[in-house]
Amino acid sequence: MNDMSLRIAPHRIGAMILRYWYLLLSSWPRLLELMYWPTLQIITWGFLQTYIAANAGFFARAGGTLIGAVILWDILFRGQLGFSISFLEEMWARNLGNLMMSPLTPIEFLLALMTMSLIRLAIGVIPMTLLAMWFFDFNFYSLGLPLIAFFCNLVFTSWAVGIFVSGLVLRNGLGAESIVWTLMFALMPLACVYYPVQVLPHWLQLVAWSLPPTYVFEGMRALLIDHVFRFDLMLTALGLNAALLLASFAAFIALLRSARRVGALLSAGE
Amino acid sequence: MTQDDAFPTPISDRSSASPAIAVSHLTKIYKSAPAVDDISFAIRRGSITGLLGGNGAGKTTTIAMIMGLVLPTSGTVEVLGHKMPDEAAAVLGRMNFESPYVDMPMRLTVRQNLAIFGRLYAVDNLKARIAELASDLDLSDFLDRSNGKLSAGQKTRVALAKALINDPELLLLDEPTASLDPDTADWVRSHLERYCKRRGATILLASHNMLEVERLCDRVIILKRGRIEDDDSPAGIMARYNRTTLEEVFLDVARGRDREAAQ
Repeated sequence: MNDMSLRIAPHRIGAMILRYWYLLLSSWPRLLELMYWPTLQIITWGFLQTYIAANAGFFARAGGTLIGAVILWDILFRGQLGFSISFLEEMWARNLGNLMMSPLTPIEFLLALMTMSLIRLAIGVIPMTLLAMWFFDFNFYSLGLPLIAFFCNLVFTSWAVGIFVSGLVLRNGLGAESIVWTLMFALMPLACVYYPVQVLPHWLQLVAWSLPPTYVFEGMRALLIDHVFRFDLMLTALGLNAALLLASFAAFIALLRSARRVGALLSAGE
Repeated sequence: MTQDDAFPTPISDRSSASPAIAVSHLTKIYKSAPAVDDISFAIRRGSITGLLGGNGAGKTTTIAMIMGLVLPTSGTVEVLGHKMPDEAAAVLGRMNFESPYVDMPMRLTVRQNLAIFGRLYAVDNLKARIAELASDLDLSDFLDRSNGKLSAGQKTRVALAKALINDPELLLLDEPTASLDPDTADWVRSHLERYCKRRGATILLASHNMLEVERLCDRVIILKRGRIEDDDSPAGIMARYNRTTLEEVFLDVARGRDREAAQ
């Protein structure tokens, strides 16, 4: 595979999607795991939201901000996991050498991982939104068209993080696997998932505003509390995401090249 | 049959007159230790060449650099007339490999694995190609079984089927019969011989099995501590060391006995 190759052939992307689809279908624990944590999340936070709404006037007026935040956070987190776990499957299976020696290009590999992240996201998050509707009377889809802007921005960020951490694992082996599971949580306090940006100290607010998800969570609160769709926030998030995706792709290519230099692709284990 | 639309063979393929593999002053240094130290060789098209050497001699690193999986510290590699790894896209669809350092996904069935790699290599009429390989390599009985549930011999045959899925012009094999019983190993060697004759393909194989190398290879390159210790036909090398088997030559080289002393 030529590092700099930007060739894209749909049949190769299709082959990789098929590979992950076969894997999902062959393993019920993998399918169950996709739905297990989102379900637990929504039940826990849904009851908390119900309790707070009954006891606090502000939250009673701002119905759904907690559950909405939980679902949007899960889109961000599960989107990245969906991407990274498909990548890790190749490391666990010791199949990376086969792929790297095939005509599959890095961009095709990444596009296949992005598609799989969407498929895995759908399997995990759609049941979660249905539970929120049935048990907690929160119709996530009632957010309407803004939901598309929220979803796209969160998924773009999740892919950027997924591409970067996959590059790190490629370069450093499975010893770096824990980064896949933990890096997104480092963003959580700064992305202001459950509280407005103003809560943060001023200097941290600057950091928060450099992260695309912050704009999404602020946008969600503006929609649910003030009933205003902040298009400007979504546009800024989109610009930041474009920069993040480009940077993460460049980092992936650099890490792949470094992995080739140190022979990491031959011993893609610990 | 496997010509990938994305990677067409140039009409005036400069590769057709070139060696299958040309390695020039190839060096790989990991930290401060040289794994491959300034080696040069060219491999003629349609030949079978064996890379011999003890553990750590540099065989796997050399093959990995030829495949583009490892970047050389210095020196150049050309495969089918194209520089690696810069022009890898032009040749990756025309070559393939098998190595003990990689596996096929364990949960997928043999048929699913072959179908995926067939699509990656843009194999035309894939179902027929899988059926052909299943017949040639005797995979039919376990074509719908998970790769993880196969014996070592069956896995090797499946890995060979994957390596042949695109009918490659160049096949790189790292220990192709390691951990196989003598019967299966012999069967694999016969298949490789037949494939090479039928396809006119070039094979470069790294092996510890001297009988295998004697039987299959037109030429042997002996590596020691990353350098080429000898390079000739098996008969030529045995004559030079005054030995009757390559195994004896291997022991001479491994134990530091030079040709004169061996005589």
